[in-house]
Amino acid sequence: MTETQPLFKGLKCRECDKAFPAEVLYVCDACFGPLEVDYRYDAIADRISRETILSRAANMWRYRELLPVAGPVTVGEDVGYTPLVKAERLARALGIREVYVKNDTVNYPSLSFKDRVVSVALTRARELGFDTVGCASTGNLANSVAANAAHAGMTAYVMIPSDLELGKVLGSFVFGAHVIGVDGTYDNVNRLCSEVAGQHGWGIVNVNLRPYYAEGSKTMGFEIAEQLGWKLPDAVVTPMAGGSLICKIDKAFREFVKLGLVDDHPARIYGAQAAGCSPIVNMVKEEADWVRPIRDPKTIVKSLAIGDPADAPYAAATMRQTGGWGENPTDEETVAGIRLLAECEGIFAETAGGVTVAATRRLVESGKLDPDGTVVLCITGHGLKTKEAVADEFRTLSAIRPTLADFNAYLETLNKEQVACP
Amino acid sequence: MSVTVRIPTPLRNLTDGAETVEGSGATVGEVIADICASHQGLRDRLYDDGGAIRRFVNVFLNNEDIRFEQGPDTAVKDGDELSIIPAIAGG
Repeated sequence: MTETQPLFKGLKCRECDKAFPAEVLYVCDACFGPLEVDYRYDAIADRISRETILSRAANMWRYRELLPVAGPVTVGEDVGYTPLVKAERLARALGIREVYVKNDTVNYPSLSFKDRVVSVALTRARELGFDTVGCASTGNLANSVAANAAHAGMTAYVMIPSDLELGKVLGSFVFGAHVIGVDGTYDNVNRLCSEVAGQHGWGIVNVNLRPYYAEGSKTMGFEIAEQLGWKLPDAVVTPMAGGSLICKIDKAFREFVKLGLVDDHPARIYGAQAAGCSPIVNMVKEEADWVRPIRDPKTIVKSLAIGDPADAPYAAATMRQTGGWGENPTDEETVAGIRLLAECEGIFAETAGGVTVAATRRLVESGKLDPDGTVVLCITGHGLKTKEAVADEFRTLSAIRPTLADFNAYLETLNKEQVACP
Repeated sequence: MSVTVRIPTPLRNLTDGAETVEGSGATVGEVIADICASHQGLRDRLYDDGGAIRRFVNVFLNNEDIRFEQGPDTAVKDGDELSIIPAIAGG
């Protein structure tokens, strides 16, 4: 094995194991199953250790042997290694012994976990010869592709449902990307994007680059394990849209165990979706083998509103096999979840974060999640992107005159005992 | 009924590179069976061993997912367009 030989052999069908070269492929031509990266774990084991990881900069590329790029990192060198926040006040509010928040609201550069997948996808896209990239997105991915493509000097076409939050639309336009609003659901956008990928020869990160792209999510799991002191938690609660992240967090834990970087420990993986679009949670609750797609998602949680999630069967299997479960709180619970996290920990999450907090509350109340364990909440995007969700929660800001008398009079009207979080 | 069927990239090696082929039948299932009969190898790709359409194959009739209609029994009419799309994308 030379230094330049990639630590991955190629791609492999997750369903039928058929092998493919590490090219621009994502579907098995024999059975239509998804292709996954096939690593040389023996060679990786010789190259990676806690010491090598600790000697590297604090970004997601400290685990580079477990990411599918052949050469140097050319896009997103500073992504990842977000804080794992010990959330004592939130833990008390939820009735859980120990809670950590994996805070990807401050992921660089576009304030969501999607920067992890995009840095891998665009670095690999360049290796494969693309200078134009794109995606189908519910918002965060579009923001990340637009931002990272701008920094890399690549052309970006991002496709989104036209009714997304203003912050997510502007958050793509501002980087100079071609933003294509589509009249329809995310699933309509995704289907269009699949056809575009076949026609224009672009690198669509979550279509024809998907096997590489998806691996980037593992870094969230690697970081959780490292930041807990090279330990796996008892439970992780993660939001689900397409269902990829939840699978990759579990895969990250399994890879760290396989490579001897952490001791094996049963980490239960829990998934959260919004009540108005919860096809994967429905699968778990109904013990179904196959997903029943949702035609018209109805929820404020637009970032998770995927009615026909590509990884649904694998996400459901991850929850089942690890002893986890799924929950699907209402929009009202989601808004309360956003406020609870903000008021307890000073972290402003987008709607998907509110769903994750609210789902955790439900899981504790139903006894599905052991409150005596160490629980990690994956908070995947920043609240300033979805301000609309909480805008009506607060009174309109009124003004006082700039006098001490007015200030003191105003203070009299306040309930100073008000404490949102116990 | 004559229906245009859009072929996804991974299957175009079975249609001599053609993006669309013509099929006939009264239902979605019949049209797909018809194009399988005229293009060798297509049946094995689209159907599992039990004779059902594979779970990672999505079929759209005029932009509507047939799972929201009557599945393979959904009726077709002249000039309709069927699209065969790999399920594994997005998210």
